[in-house]
Amino acid sequence: MDTTLSAQIVYQRPQSLTEATMHYCPGCTHGIAHRLIAEVMDEMGIRERSIGVAPVGCSVFAYNYFDCDFVEAAHGRAPAMATGIKRLLPDRIVFTYQGDGDLASIGMGEIVHAAGRGENISVFFINNAIYGMTSGQMAPTTLPGQKTTSSPRGRDVETMGYPLRMAELLANLDGAGYVVRRSLHDPKNIRMAKKAIRLAFETQLRGLGFSMVELLSTCSTNWGLSPLESLKWLEEHMIPYYPIGDFKVADALKEIKL
Amino acid sequence: MPAKGWIEVNEVYCKGCELCVSECPQHVLALDMGRLTPKGYHPVMLIGDGCTGCGICAIMCPEAALTVYRETPQKVSVAA
Repeated sequence: MDTTLSAQIVYQRPQSLTEATMHYCPGCTHGIAHRLIAEVMDEMGIRERSIGVAPVGCSVFAYNYFDCDFVEAAHGRAPAMATGIKRLLPDRIVFTYQGDGDLASIGMGEIVHAAGRGENISVFFINNAIYGMTSGQMAPTTLPGQKTTSSPRGRDVETMGYPLRMAELLANLDGAGYVVRRSLHDPKNIRMAKKAIRLAFETQLRGLGFSMVELLSTCSTNWGLSPLESLKWLEEHMIPYYPIGDFKVADALKEIKL
Repeated sequence: MPAKGWIEVNEVYCKGCELCVSECPQHVLALDMGRLTPKGYHPVMLIGDGCTGCGICAIMCPEAALTVYRETPQKVSVAA
């Protein structure tokens, strides 16, 4: 026996992403979230029977980047559209990809009722504490004191209220099977986020009800920071307010070892 | 001997955000200031030896622009 050295591929671009270049700003964690969902679709071999629902917001062009079936929903209505698709085609994997303006603001009614009805869909919620596409206005998830173009002196909770913790809110509903929060600011947390995305799809495959993964993300352009400073800002400011954790995990999921 | 690895950067995708540069445990990544991608960014590149092919740069990359390789020893049976 002889030993030779051969090149082994450790990582390559997932097949569930198209060849299109993304329009996101450099360092935007939307790209990481897209990549993780695509990697999980590859690993589970579900690309051919997955249907995504794109939101309105920065990720409005998500249908150009995922190489699976995709539809575009009206602003905030992705969970309603996903409900219809899943009920008509129960053998498909249906997921929505939504930002905080889409899910926590205009689409608050749809998401709460989809979770309350226990619709068997998976929701990926990108929380970057600001409205990205419309140039950095205050979002429902903007932190107290955070400066945005529509709260130039910082979010004053006396007049503008408190940020919404969507994962905790939806976990209280009986229809929810898997609701967790993860972050995308370092390799460890990105690995944890990928496992959570996998478990969200597993929840749907097992028919355990509504699943949502909230992903803390950055918006370096509208936060006015560099991509690296944004990751630091996320870790220092967002995680204390939005703790990473599992808020609802159906008993049947606890046996799954990844 | 540590594993030897290398990366290939697809310059169509790389936007020079440097997320991979800061997380590289071997500190062998940097922006190539002498080159521009079609989008007009400086792409990332390997500087010097030491890449182990751990793949952490690819975990950070928002654009899925990196392909990571590692050299692995493989037993080959030699016909007598």
